[in-house]
Amino acid sequence: MSDQHLPSSPRRKFMLGAAALPLALAMSRIGHAAALPTAQVNTTGLAVTDTEVVVGQLHSATGTMAISETGSIQAEQLAIDQINAMGGILGRKIRVIKEDGASDWPTFAEKSRKLLVNDKVATVFGCWTSASRKAVLPIFEKENGLLYYPTFYEGLEQSKNVIYTGQEATQQILYGLDWAKQEKSAKTFFLIGSDYIWPRTSMKIARKHVEAFQGGKIVGEEYYPLGHTNFNSLINKIKIAKPDCIFAAVVGGSNVAFYKQLKAAGITGARQFLLTLSVTEDEMLGVGGENFAGFYSSMKYFQSLDNANNKAFVEAFKKAYGPKAVIGDVTQAAYLGPWLWKAAVEKAGSFDVDKVVAASPGIELPTAPEGYVKIHENHHLYSKARIAEGQPDGSFKVVAESPELMVPDPFPKGYQ
Amino acid sequence: MSFDEIYNITLMQGFAGLSLFAVLLLMGLGLAIIFGQMGVINMAHGEFMTIGAYTIFLLSSLTESHAPGLMQAYFPFAILCAFIVAFAFGWLAEWALIRHLYKRPLDTLLATWGLSLAMQQAFRTLIGPKEVSPTLPDWLMGSWEVTEGLDIPINGMFVLGLTVLVTGGVLLALYKSRWGLRVRATVANRAMANATGINTTRTDRVTFAIGCGIAGVAGAAFTTIGSTGPTSGSLYIVDAFLVVTFGGAASLWGTVVSAFGIAQTQSISEFFLSGSMAKVLTLLLIVTILMLRPQGLFASKVRR
Repeated sequence: MSDQHLPSSPRRKFMLGAAALPLALAMSRIGHAAALPTAQVNTTGLAVTDTEVVVGQLHSATGTMAISETGSIQAEQLAIDQINAMGGILGRKIRVIKEDGASDWPTFAEKSRKLLVNDKVATVFGCWTSASRKAVLPIFEKENGLLYYPTFYEGLEQSKNVIYTGQEATQQILYGLDWAKQEKSAKTFFLIGSDYIWPRTSMKIARKHVEAFQGGKIVGEEYYPLGHTNFNSLINKIKIAKPDCIFAAVVGGSNVAFYKQLKAAGITGARQFLLTLSVTEDEMLGVGGENFAGFYSSMKYFQSLDNANNKAFVEAFKKAYGPKAVIGDVTQAAYLGPWLWKAAVEKAGSFDVDKVVAASPGIELPTAPEGYVKIHENHHLYSKARIAEGQPDGSFKVVAESPELMVPDPFPKGYQ
Repeated sequence: MSFDEIYNITLMQGFAGLSLFAVLLLMGLGLAIIFGQMGVINMAHGEFMTIGAYTIFLLSSLTESHAPGLMQAYFPFAILCAFIVAFAFGWLAEWALIRHLYKRPLDTLLATWGLSLAMQQAFRTLIGPKEVSPTLPDWLMGSWEVTEGLDIPINGMFVLGLTVLVTGGVLLALYKSRWGLRVRATVANRAMANATGINTTRTDRVTFAIGCGIAGVAGAAFTTIGSTGPTSGSLYIVDAFLVVTFGGAASLWGTVVSAFGIAQTQSISEFFLSGSMAKVLTLLLIVTILMLRPQGLFASKVRR
C-alpha cells in the first residue's frame, strides 16, 4: 500500500464541503440504507443487504488459548451490540458469524477461508496469537479480506489487509525502559521470556535500547519453554546477577509459576524492581495480587484508567458479563476493532474492503477507553504507553503515562 | 562475590534441585502405580491432577466466602478431599472404561487420551476457561529467611514434605500391606492370582483409584507453585511419563531415583545454561540412557 493513493483528509474535507455537497449529504455520518442502496456500498459481492451487514469473528473459544481469547470475544461482541443499538453502520445492522479457531493454527486458516469465501463477510475481528495471525494472513491477502487484530505483538509485519489495534513491540517497550531509567534509576537489566517469537523479538529490542541508547547493561538474558513451571534455578541466577530491573515477558501458565516462586524466594516488590510486558488484569486472576504486589506492568490500557470513556466501557462490560469480569489490555484493544471499522466504513461510504482500507489511515477514535487513538498509515495505532503498579487486591494503579502518543513503528530502524 | 554469597547460592540451588525432585516424584508416583504396576497407559493422568487442583480451588473459594476464619487451616483438609475426589473419579473411570481394556493395553492409550480430552472440555464448560489460583493460607507463602541472603521457599518445603509422606505411604502399602501383596501378585501373574482366590477385578479397581487419588494430591500440591486451568494436565503428563519410563516401569524405587536424577540434571544445567538449553540437554541425556538401557534404570523382575 502506498500513501499517495489515499485521499488526504484536508483535501477530502474540502471536496465534501464545497465541490460535492449532494454527495456529502449522502455520505454523512448518519447515512441511511434508503439513501445508500446496497449496490452502491457493496460492489464486490460482500454479504451486505439493505438491512444487514455480515461480519466474522474468529477466536479460540476452546483449547489452550480460550483463557486469553474469551475477553476479546466478549469485548468485540459488546462493541457490535452497542453499534447495533445506535442503528448500525450505514443504516445496516451488524450480524456476526462466530467461528472457533480452537487454538489450532490450521483450523484458523480453514475457518478464515470459510468466512471470506463462503460467508463473504465484510470484515473479520479475530486472532490472538501471532501464530494464528501468520496462519490466516496469506488467506486474507489472497481473498482480499479485512482483519482487525487485537493483541500486542512483536511487530515486523504490515499488511494491507490487517489493522493492528494492539501495540507493536516498540510501543510497549521503549517508554517502559526509559521510565525505568529515569524514575527507578535502573542501569542493569535481567531479561526473561518464554521461548518463542514475541518475547525474543521484544527482548532484542530491549537489549538494543538499553545498550545503545541508554548506556545501561544487560546482566542476563534467559528464555524458558512455554509451560515451564520451575524457576528456582533462574531465581538463583537473578540473585547472583543482582539486576536493578527484572524485565520479564513470561506467558501462560509459566507466568503464574514465575511470580509465585519469586515471592516464595523472597523476591518481592518491596525488595526488587520488576517490569513486565505480559501481565494484564486477565493474568492477574491466575497470578494473584499478593504475588505481584509492588511489581510493574507496561501496557497501553489498564482497567483502572481514570477517564469518562473508560468508566462507561467498564460499566457496560460488567453489566454484560457480570461484576467479576476483568478487562485486560487486549480486551480493550479488541473493543476498538468494531468501532474503528465503523468509522472507516462511514468515511469511505462503502463496505468494499479496498475503500475501507483506503479510508482507514487517519481514522480517529476519541471515544476509545484508553483515551484517544488514531490509525497510522502503517495500519497500527498511535496510542499512549502506561506503567502501572500491581496492588495486593489484584488491581493496577497507573503510575506513569507517556506524555505523547507513541508512534507505531513495526520495523524499527536501529533495533534489528 | 564473597564466600558467604557463594555458600548461600549453593544451598539455595541445592534446595531448588530438591524441590524439583519432589514435584517430579509426586507427578510420577500415581502413574508409576497405574502404568508401572498395572500396565495401563493412563493419558488422563494429568487431568486427574487437575481434578485435585480444582478441588483445592473450590474449597478455598468456599472457605473464603462461608468460613473466612478457617482460611489458615483448610489446606491439609483440602488435600485430603483432593485425594478422595480424584479417587472417586478414578474408581468410576476404571469401572466404565479401563476394565474392558486390560487385555488390550495399547488401546488404553487411545481410550484414556479420549478421556483426557473429554475431561478438559468438561473443566472448560463447568468451571471456565480462565486460569485460577486458590487463595493460600499465609503460612504457605513467602520464604523462610534463614540468614541474610538465604531464602528457602516455604511452598517448596511443603511440597517436599508432602512428597516424602506420600511416597513413604505408597511404599509401605505396596510392600507391607495385604493390598500391596494382592497388587504385586496380580501384576506378576493375573491368572494364578485369580486361582489363589485373589479378587483381581477389585484389586485392579482399587489400585487404579489409588493411583488417581495420588495424582489428585499431586495436583493439589502444585497449586502452591503454579496455576490451574483446563489444560494444566497436559503440561505435566510428559514429565510424568518421562520419570516413570526412565526409572523402569515396574519399579517404584526406579521412579524415585529417576525423579532425583532428572531433577538434579535439569536444575544444575539450568543454572549454568539457559532454560531451553537445559531442557534439551536433559532430554538428550535421557534418550541416550534409554537407548543403552531400554528397560529403564531399574529393570523389572516381573515374569510376564
